[in-house]
Amino acid sequence: MRARRFWRNGSRIMAAHSTAAFTADDFKGPGDTPVFLDADGKHHPEGGTMLGFWLYLMSDCLIFAALFAVYAVLGRNYAAGPSPKDLFDLKLVALNTSMLLFSSITYGFAMLEMEKEKRGRMQLWLAVTGLFGLCFIGLELYEFQHLIHEGATPQRSAFLSAFFTLVGTHGLHVSLGIVWLVILMVQVQLRGLGDENKRRLMCLSMFWHFLDVVWIGVFTFVYLMGVL
Amino acid sequence: MFSNPDLQKLLFGRLTLDAVPLHEPILLITFAMVGLGGLAVLGGLTYFRLWGPLWRDWFTSVDHKKIGIMYIVLALVMLLRGFADALMMRAQQAMAFGPNEGYLPPHHYDQIFTAHGVIMIFFVAMPLVTGLMNFVVPLQIGARDVAFPFLNNFSFWMTVAGAVTVMASLFVGEFARTGWLAYPPLSGPAMSPGVGVDYYIWALQIAGIGTLLSGINLIATIVKMRAPGMGMMRMPIFTWTALCTNILIVAAFPILTAVLAMLSLDRYVGTHFFSNDLGGNPMMYVNLIWIWGHPEVYILILPAFGVFSEITATFSRKRLFGYASMVYATVVITILSYLVWLHHFFTMGSGASVNSFFGITTMIISIPTGAKIFNWLFTMYKGRIDFDVPMLWTIGFMVTFTVGGMTGVLLAVPPADFVLHNSLFLIAHFHNVIIGGVLFGMLAGITYWFPKAFGYKLDAFWGKMSFWFWLTGFWFAFMPLYVLGLMGVTRRVQHFDDPSLQIWFVIAAFGAFLILLGIASFIVTLVVSFLKREELRDLTGDPWNGRTLEWATSSPPPDYNFAFTPVVHDHDAWWDMKKRGYVRPLSGFQKIHMPRGTATGLILGVISIVFSFAMIWYIWWLAALTFVALTVVTIGHTFNYARDFYIPADEVVRTENARTALLAERV
Repeated sequence: MRARRFWRNGSRIMAAHSTAAFTADDFKGPGDTPVFLDADGKHHPEGGTMLGFWLYLMSDCLIFAALFAVYAVLGRNYAAGPSPKDLFDLKLVALNTSMLLFSSITYGFAMLEMEKEKRGRMQLWLAVTGLFGLCFIGLELYEFQHLIHEGATPQRSAFLSAFFTLVGTHGLHVSLGIVWLVILMVQVQLRGLGDENKRRLMCLSMFWHFLDVVWIGVFTFVYLMGVL
Repeated sequence: MFSNPDLQKLLFGRLTLDAVPLHEPILLITFAMVGLGGLAVLGGLTYFRLWGPLWRDWFTSVDHKKIGIMYIVLALVMLLRGFADALMMRAQQAMAFGPNEGYLPPHHYDQIFTAHGVIMIFFVAMPLVTGLMNFVVPLQIGARDVAFPFLNNFSFWMTVAGAVTVMASLFVGEFARTGWLAYPPLSGPAMSPGVGVDYYIWALQIAGIGTLLSGINLIATIVKMRAPGMGMMRMPIFTWTALCTNILIVAAFPILTAVLAMLSLDRYVGTHFFSNDLGGNPMMYVNLIWIWGHPEVYILILPAFGVFSEITATFSRKRLFGYASMVYATVVITILSYLVWLHHFFTMGSGASVNSFFGITTMIISIPTGAKIFNWLFTMYKGRIDFDVPMLWTIGFMVTFTVGGMTGVLLAVPPADFVLHNSLFLIAHFHNVIIGGVLFGMLAGITYWFPKAFGYKLDAFWGKMSFWFWLTGFWFAFMPLYVLGLMGVTRRVQHFDDPSLQIWFVIAAFGAFLILLGIASFIVTLVVSFLKREELRDLTGDPWNGRTLEWATSSPPPDYNFAFTPVVHDHDAWWDMKKRGYVRPLSGFQKIHMPRGTATGLILGVISIVFSFAMIWYIWWLAALTFVALTVVTIGHTFNYARDFYIPADEVVRTENARTALLAERV
């Protein structure tokens, strides 16, 4: 008798297991009489977690979309205060960007090790990812502190309000990702690489790469186009 | 209280004893009544020893049916509050002419119309819709629960936390005086320095988290957990509308979150998003909030359309006319609802071409909506119609909503809108579609699915009383507002000079009184039906001769909904099963895998209330503490891997045998 794990989602990572796996034709009785019940418990839909988490990411993406839109509208309203050209240090931002891009690559390495069931090496790559993330946050905080020191505070102009909020929201997400990463490393250490932990690692992976994509938008629209 | 003001500020922020409105007799009486009512409820729960069952079977339950019912209970409680506000406004406007100032001073009146709007949309209409979807959708698609059962419970408690926060503003401090969308600069720190707007922001943010998560949950449920054979074009229409509504929720609520967060930054940090100086732009707020706000009205109405589709087909004893066109109409409305937000402020001054675009897209929405109306009419055509209470609501809806739709098209014409903008004509229009559409739909749905939830039908006599009072009350209350709006009377006015207008407000107040009788009759319906429950009992699980899968199981359904997952061959799956001689199995039951209940959602909800209260009153230490608590509880929850259990096979056998006995008794 098979367990009906109808509500447990995606316990097989990336499995193409879904409702679509069965159609009514799979339940034909003898001589084509219709079957109205799944008497053997063949049907146990899974994979909802990945979809659900992806939907969450899309909703998060819309928060960023709103912040980008606000930046597009208010981003030139300097109110006689400093403009991007006065403020941004592209070299620093380039370094910062590379930290985040590297962290995405190392997260990818961690997932490859996970697929090979190599827990120790996976943990190592996750730790490296977290360190890159910390570097990114550290550099961002340094930049913010520098700007505020120069009088370019979020209260100075609508441009700076929009800038700090957009970049800060992204930074907050990365910080949250680091906390999540640490928790997952503890959980993997405690309980090994079970289906549930693999699923969680996949979710964090999607989250981490998503933040990378958002940062590319920030880097392009805010920093590069600001300084050009 | 304290001799040292610094210490007091540190401990209590800006909260002082003056915040409790002891000088307002209306509020004191309300407070006393709420207190007494609350004590009576608590006493009753203790006396009947209901705390244990309430905690175990309801508050900590992750069962979608229980959560759905709790959402609807929340909505009905909040309806009483929101409607009390409405009665107060109607009474004030009916009397405040010339020398008579009425009984509500402007600062109080302004809070009432804000609270009325916020409560009716966020804490009545939304929980009704979410509750109904929660209860019905998994049953309709032959699933045993939603995709994320714990998240469902958590969403519910976040909605409750938002509602509690709004209610708290009544007794500690004040509510916003800005109107239900809190436009800046009026809602900014300079014009609204008090706590009112902060109550507004935190209530909506917390409830918004719940709404967003329940949207994600239901999409994943509908996409991933349908019974075998139920392709997209075999889903019941209510499930279709639920899917579209939840897509709208996921695509719209993040914008609300973002825009309220920016308003919070303006208020708490002093940024300049929506200020008038240093480059801020208040119209940015208006645009963003309507990019959420317009989809929001379709979030509310689409499930009502779904309810009417189910009811029309069931009570006309016919297959729904134009199933596919109904689906396409729903999807088209879903998409178009994103392309019309600017019609809420044609007067912004965006120019003729922009206004034309949004005017035309708005008018286009009436086409799929009209198609739906015709589909329902053709379903009724040559049907054997039972004029049961749900069908009465449906017919009442069709008449009322069509008028509201037509005034909507009028408002969509930009030049006409310049005249009617912000007038009572607009108020009449949106009450016409929200009461005539959403509210009638939800009351129809509650009447229709009540026997499924509780095992007995609602009393038809009192149901009809409720319907007729609501219907006539609505027409009396809002037709005068159309007239007044055409004469140029604007909304949100606390006192009038021109005595010739008074008669219309008196008629409107009479209408509100009729609606009061409608609400009272609905409560009487619930009480009378409970008392007559043996007489109204439904043993079949299929009291209306229904068409969709929820009627295939017992009333109320067992925890696991279906002992065997149904296999679907047609879009009216249960009708198809009945027609083709389906026989209910009496043996072969297996153990069933189910999610386990948890108190985490409730705990997070309670901490969120304290957190928002601390943020509203600037009690920073408490805000920090509760924020840490929220984080710790959330992380702690992720360490709980034991989230499931099996209902043993013999328990399933017992439950099913009991039903077999009941069915046999009936024959």
